[in-house]
Amino acid sequence: MKKLTVHPSPLTNTKNSTFQIMFCVIAALMPTAICGCFQFGLDAVMVLLATTGTAVLTEIIWQTLFGKQLTAPDGSAAVTGLILGLCLPPSFPVYWAAAGSAFAIIVVKQLFGGIGKNFANPALTAKTLLMLLFMQEMHTWTFPDGHTEVITETAELTQQKSFWDLMLGNTPGCIGHICAAGIILGGVFLILKGIISPAAPAAFIGSFALLSLIAGDSLTLRLLSGSLLFCAVFAATDYTTTPVTVTGKTVFGIGCGCLSYFISRYGGYADGSVLAVLIMNLFVPLIDRITAPRVFGSEIPRSSENQ
Amino acid sequence: MKRLNGIRLPFRKSTDHKPIVPLRTPRKVRIPMLMHKGSPCVPIVGEGDLVTVGQLIGDAAQPDAVPIHASVSGVVSSVSDISLDGQTFVPCIEILADKEQLLSPDCKPVTVTTKEELIDAVRKSGCVGLGGSGDATFQKLSAAESFDLLILNGAECEPFLSADCRLMTESPQDIIAGAELLMKILKIKEVRIGITEDKVTAIKLLSDICSTKKGIDVCPLPAVYPQGAEKVIVFHTCGRIIPDHQTAADQKILVLNVSTCAFIYQYTQTGIPLTEKTVTVSGNAVRKPGNYRVPIGTPVMNLLEAASCDLEAMNLLLNGSVMTGTCIRDLDMPVLRQQNGLTAVKKYKAPQKSPCFRCGKCLRVCPMRLNPMMLEQAYIQQDLRALERLHVSACINCGSCSYICPAHRPLAATNQRAKEILPENREGNAS
Repeated sequence: MKKLTVHPSPLTNTKNSTFQIMFCVIAALMPTAICGCFQFGLDAVMVLLATTGTAVLTEIIWQTLFGKQLTAPDGSAAVTGLILGLCLPPSFPVYWAAAGSAFAIIVVKQLFGGIGKNFANPALTAKTLLMLLFMQEMHTWTFPDGHTEVITETAELTQQKSFWDLMLGNTPGCIGHICAAGIILGGVFLILKGIISPAAPAAFIGSFALLSLIAGDSLTLRLLSGSLLFCAVFAATDYTTTPVTVTGKTVFGIGCGCLSYFISRYGGYADGSVLAVLIMNLFVPLIDRITAPRVFGSEIPRSSENQ
Repeated sequence: MKRLNGIRLPFRKSTDHKPIVPLRTPRKVRIPMLMHKGSPCVPIVGEGDLVTVGQLIGDAAQPDAVPIHASVSGVVSSVSDISLDGQTFVPCIEILADKEQLLSPDCKPVTVTTKEELIDAVRKSGCVGLGGSGDATFQKLSAAESFDLLILNGAECEPFLSADCRLMTESPQDIIAGAELLMKILKIKEVRIGITEDKVTAIKLLSDICSTKKGIDVCPLPAVYPQGAEKVIVFHTCGRIIPDHQTAADQKILVLNVSTCAFIYQYTQTGIPLTEKTVTVSGNAVRKPGNYRVPIGTPVMNLLEAASCDLEAMNLLLNGSVMTGTCIRDLDMPVLRQQNGLTAVKKYKAPQKSPCFRCGKCLRVCPMRLNPMMLEQAYIQQDLRALERLHVSACINCGSCSYICPAHRPLAATNQRAKEILPENREGNAS
């Protein structure tokens, strides 16, 4: 007798897969990564290779050790590693960058149950940890002419820069943050592919721009320099650590934008977007609950307890 | 009006221009005694008995059963057990067909004037939801005291299927006549025919007939899956919302498939009960897809041969289509009376599931606006309160969430299992 498949319906599915989505994210990160590597040369390449490679290796080793389903081939670890690398200055010690990457994968991601279970963005958490541990290394900037200098007030870095310098990355900064054009290109690609919703980045950048306008700051400088764009496009759209509905994403984006602004303006930390995203990550379960859509035909809103 | 969510599927309706072809009477048919939702019928013929087309062979002993008739004339060769779902067994009558194919003398035109007569006639005709549901139609008709709206479901938005589309193209007048009959007897003022907008010919033909009929309107539906689900088609044709835990009948709405409606009319004209079925045979393993009219109980093998199916490469055979169809286990299985499609797929490989990473696509496609992602979590934790709070009972099992999931998680199947563990269903009072 011929063997026929027996399986619950439906018996068809999209060709989309986790890997395909992660591959697109990596592709979207490429313009800004390549620009960073051009600007900073071998240093930047080494940092990116170290963080990405370590992330993938750590995940494979961890999952093999504990007999878990191997998820490294889906590319999510590579995305985490690459994002961390892009958030580091090019002169950052390669071994510490690798250590940060391992921390992101093991402590922030795997200890919470792996892909889909972590509540904070692994790459940004690792970046914050490195920031606290390596104050000086994290603020050693490489200038376009090749010399390096320690500047703690990040805002001072880009003060003399023109619009085009900021767009094309002709400025000191973190590897992936300097080239605004590259980030925008990646973001547009992801939106067109339907992988990210424009809601969170738009709300993020929009609310930040609005507050800057009210305060009378230079919009070009505020929006194009620092980690704002990068975080809005690649961190505030991370599936796992952001709300699932469009309303939720908008709330999340507005929260990120406002927090970024206030942190950079009133806090001692000029580059507030990273912290803002991390803080908003903690609000995701709450936002998800409040913005849950009402089930068709149900009288009682889903978010309320009916007993 | 805001539309409910859904998915854009490749419809693959290569058969929608292929006329319905009657297939040669098979050498034998096997008629299971359960081809509806409810209790099985009791065989009232035995081995060696002679039967004629349309003769009653399965008696509806229980009030929720629908009688079953012989689909060919010939001699009963055996009464044995058959398992359609691989778990439970029901009696099955095998008939060897003869050459004459005599019609039973009981088949005489039926006149119905009252609601009671209509319900009785519909039950005697063996009519069930022909769109694939298999609901007992007489129960639907008696589910409410009165109806104020009749919705005819011509959505057929699953891939491959085109049997209803052909019916609407070839005999639209039967559908309208059926609608008028139901309007007259059930005192319904308004009829809406929901058809997905990709069926241009069907919409045009029916609209032309309806233009002279008062109270009957054709409503084009978006060419998005799912449209045929009761709650969805009601909302998209008349804007009314069926509350959770209710059916259309509770809102005085009668929803019937177009082919069910046409059959009721044909039955009153000829008195021939449900003995034939139009089945779309399609799928990528089939070289000559088409619409075939066959006696109920015809082995699926006959249809596959007629459509020159690549039996070697085929490894998945579905009763229905790929979204809500059920798997057929072996090629001896008969065509059921509620079956509208036979989909043969070659080289099917079930995708490997991987962990959910909260992409939220399942929420965006769910027509009921459920959260399949959280429902799955609640089911894994066996959290009954969470399942109820998330309204798992509202799931219409359309399969859109499973289809769209990039991690290939069987979300729709999980929802069905979750419904079963709810206290309201465990106590056995599911209606």
